[in-house]
Amino acid sequence: MRMGRKHPVSRRNVLRGVLGGAAVSVGLPFLDWMLNDSGTALAAGAPIPVRFGTWFWGLGHTPGHAVVGKTVTGHGIDFKGECEALVRHRGIINYFGEFNMPLDGRSNYPHSSGWIASRTGSAPDKDEEVPATTYDLLIADKTGARTRLKTIDLTCTGNPSHSYSARGTYTRTAAEVSPMAFYARLFGPDFVDPNSAEFTPDPRIMVRRSVLSAVKEERHQLMKRIGASDRAQLDEYFTSIRELENQLDVQLQKPAPNEACEIVPPPRDDGVLGSTAGVEIEKVEATHEAFTRILAMAVACNQTSVFNMVFSDSFSGLRRAGESLTHHSLSHEERLDPELGLQPQTSWFNKRSMGALATFIDIFAATREGDGTLLDNVLIIAGSETSFARTHSIDDVPFMTVGRAGGRIKTGYHVVGNGDPSTRIGLTTMQIMGLPVDSWGTRSLKTSKTISDILA
Amino acid sequence: MRDWTRPFCKLATLVLCALCLTACSPREPDPTGAPPDIRRLTENQYRNIIADIFGGAIVVGGRFDTPVRTDGLLAVGARNATVTPGGLTQFDEMARSIAEQVTSEPNRRFLIPCQVADNAAYDDACARQFIERFGRLLFRRPLSDAESATRVGLVRETTAALGSFTEALSSGLASLLVSPQFLFIADGLEADPQKPSSYRLDGFSIASRLSFLLWNTAPDDALLRAAESGALHTQTGLEQQVERLMASPRLTAGVRAFFSDMLGFSEFDFLEKDSIIYPAFGVAAARDAKEQTLRTIADHILQQDRDYRDLFTTRRTFMTRTLGLVYRLQIQAPKGVWQPYEFPPDSPRMGIQGHLSFLALNSHPGRSSPTLRGVAIREMLLCQKVPAPPPDVDFSGFNDPDSPNKTARQRLSAHSTDPACAGCHRITDPIGLALENFDGAGQFRLTEEGVPIDSSGVLDGIGFDDWNGVGTALRGNPAVPACLVNRLYAYASGITPAARDPWIAYLGDHFARDGFRVKALLRRIATSRTYYAVTPAEAADGASAVAANFAAADHEGY
Repeated sequence: MRMGRKHPVSRRNVLRGVLGGAAVSVGLPFLDWMLNDSGTALAAGAPIPVRFGTWFWGLGHTPGHAVVGKTVTGHGIDFKGECEALVRHRGIINYFGEFNMPLDGRSNYPHSSGWIASRTGSAPDKDEEVPATTYDLLIADKTGARTRLKTIDLTCTGNPSHSYSARGTYTRTAAEVSPMAFYARLFGPDFVDPNSAEFTPDPRIMVRRSVLSAVKEERHQLMKRIGASDRAQLDEYFTSIRELENQLDVQLQKPAPNEACEIVPPPRDDGVLGSTAGVEIEKVEATHEAFTRILAMAVACNQTSVFNMVFSDSFSGLRRAGESLTHHSLSHEERLDPELGLQPQTSWFNKRSMGALATFIDIFAATREGDGTLLDNVLIIAGSETSFARTHSIDDVPFMTVGRAGGRIKTGYHVVGNGDPSTRIGLTTMQIMGLPVDSWGTRSLKTSKTISDILA
Repeated sequence: MRDWTRPFCKLATLVLCALCLTACSPREPDPTGAPPDIRRLTENQYRNIIADIFGGAIVVGGRFDTPVRTDGLLAVGARNATVTPGGLTQFDEMARSIAEQVTSEPNRRFLIPCQVADNAAYDDACARQFIERFGRLLFRRPLSDAESATRVGLVRETTAALGSFTEALSSGLASLLVSPQFLFIADGLEADPQKPSSYRLDGFSIASRLSFLLWNTAPDDALLRAAESGALHTQTGLEQQVERLMASPRLTAGVRAFFSDMLGFSEFDFLEKDSIIYPAFGVAAARDAKEQTLRTIADHILQQDRDYRDLFTTRRTFMTRTLGLVYRLQIQAPKGVWQPYEFPPDSPRMGIQGHLSFLALNSHPGRSSPTLRGVAIREMLLCQKVPAPPPDVDFSGFNDPDSPNKTARQRLSAHSTDPACAGCHRITDPIGLALENFDGAGQFRLTEEGVPIDSSGVLDGIGFDDWNGVGTALRGNPAVPACLVNRLYAYASGITPAARDPWIAYLGDHFARDGFRVKALLRRIATSRTYYAVTPAEAADGASAVAANFAAADHEGY
């Protein structure tokens, strides 16, 4: 049964509601975008929503050593070498090759132009400039209002600035770095078990909403006091206030029962995970696995509809204990082995990165949901910022989709871009997620061509 | 016969000279004014304010939105910073946590300004007193009637809803802490009675500028009272407050905050060294390395009031036992205790660029980097921009194990034959290579892979034979004090000065006349007209925002 959303709760009404002490049973409203196309549904009858995520790793692949190239789009992905770990998941993946990022004469700012152009559809005019909103947030703007957390942003590097989600240069999301803190935030006192029989709105949530309303009442006076150029700064703040209000509204309603939602045990704080982890590869992998286990359950419990996972940063500082060079340093300073045709140590890190992606998929695949698994109801874009890090090339940057997006896409395809802009992937992704966009990007990155080969 | 007129002549000469010096001293250029400032609080400012108002025992947990460094400073980036949804969630959680701590035992006994006899009952006078007292300190001005009424109403309704007056006070305080009036430092303007049709900063905005510049925190009660009385609009009143703030031990926090920003010390949060390659450099050493440099700077320019340029040649510093292990010194101080220390004349350590902090921060996790160090000196200390490397750079010769090039100088020399790379490396490497006797953790060494290190170098035409020459060359480089002036004013105002700005030239000239004393420079900025001069910003509808400002202020009753 679908239920309409109640009217926004005013501060006064909220407090009156508390006084009434009412125990209410209201199903969490799912919107049309959340309905999957295959008709599968949660055990209690509510449809399973489709969620979106990104999975980022730095420094791409060694060309010719990750996947067998193709000349035409077709079913079947021949992963090899650095992508060997993905062979077992190739049925749930689509691989996109030979998509380019034309910059129209703008500089290729090393390790930033690539992710910025592919995620915003626009090339930066200066280093680290983020000229538009990244597509994960455009999707979250449409889908995130009905979940407790609009987005979840995680980085395994220990540095919260290693996040590739932004509304602009000065509005980059700070990522969570600690699995323990993430777990506490997610499954702490604010978590409502959807499978609990009774639901009573927490009066403290209502008070929190009242606190935000009090702040919002000052908006008009404050905006009158500042100049036009500063209004955008405060507009962003008040947008954030509204989003937090929406999330509190969600918490004031009974979530739909959901058998897939089982709270996992908290990660063990053994001093390895999280903010003290740094970028030693084993520690990063351990942090990544701990994060993924919590994230999978956060998604299954519908705590968010959009998530971003960063395995390594765009400059990949990954390193091996006792070795003086990082992944990034190696990508520039290590000689190509003439027999192997690659940089052996750099390639080793690339391979470990794909091993981590395979682990990520394993965990989502092991999370049961409805008649299948979480992978049936997610659309994840895995991608990097360069194709060949040694030369900072941003043509043929590797991108993949993971998951069936509620039956909206076909999987197992190797899509050949023939030099088309990589924004076709972003456009198609947004359309799959229900955004009413028919073109996306600027200048030569602008496209209106959907990748129909993968649409179900 | 003794010439009795001689002493008078001498005196007259001295007076004339003094008069001449005063007369010849350049006058402050007419202020041109800058648009009103609005900046998001930095993490340190937020933490300092909470500690100042509620005490150091209040725990501030949580994560702040990622700051963006602009033109070398986070303070300049803060002028464009906003609050993302994720950041607001964090601010909301912090606000609730702080408010809960303030209104819980034992803090409530001294932080709630009235006796709560019956916690279930609403106490209007107490709620009003609580909200207005902390609101004034957090908003850095008295609350308007509307702001106060909204929050007092919130406390009243929440008391009724939750049956707990202290919990309701907590929600009222949280609404102050999550407000943009607290999280953003926004200038307020008023009509200038001295100049019809002109505007000036209101007293509270002057107080905030002063306090954040000198103490890196919000104005205290005395400064707010000076703002309320109008004293900050008089030169005498302004100077009195500047002297009071500069005489306070809190000036140290302000100076440390500036240098921490200028030297990029926020990166210490993520500094990592390989524990196998550098076993002595752990978390504690990194923490102490940062502290050592900040202590050295604060002592040098505040306690000793010495020439800023001498920071690059001084051997005076502070040391802990942990640092002693990395520096390979016998330090007898108990664990965690700081003690003054002076490197002997034959030590390779001279100046803050020879500290572990600078050397380790501008290195890789497992090795040194002459290029990173060269870039840091060019950009941080000389305010020069080093272009980014070309996209298709090939360093593969740099790390070839079969190469005969063992030292960084040999490897970089081979690499710099590429014309695309040579231009930038020529301006960074001759400085950075002179510091190659310090490895990636900043520890001294004579050889690299068994080959003696050649640490000769050159900085802007001044050649030197070894690491100490870097300090001497920096000490004598006119770009060093000029950069300090530029950065300090950018830090104070949130705006990067334009090239050849006459105000910056004026400050630079006086900085030299004052013997390159940073305290004098701070005083000159803080007591100047320029620092507080504003030009009205244009409102979104094309009208002057100031007119709207007056309307708002009149309406709100302050």
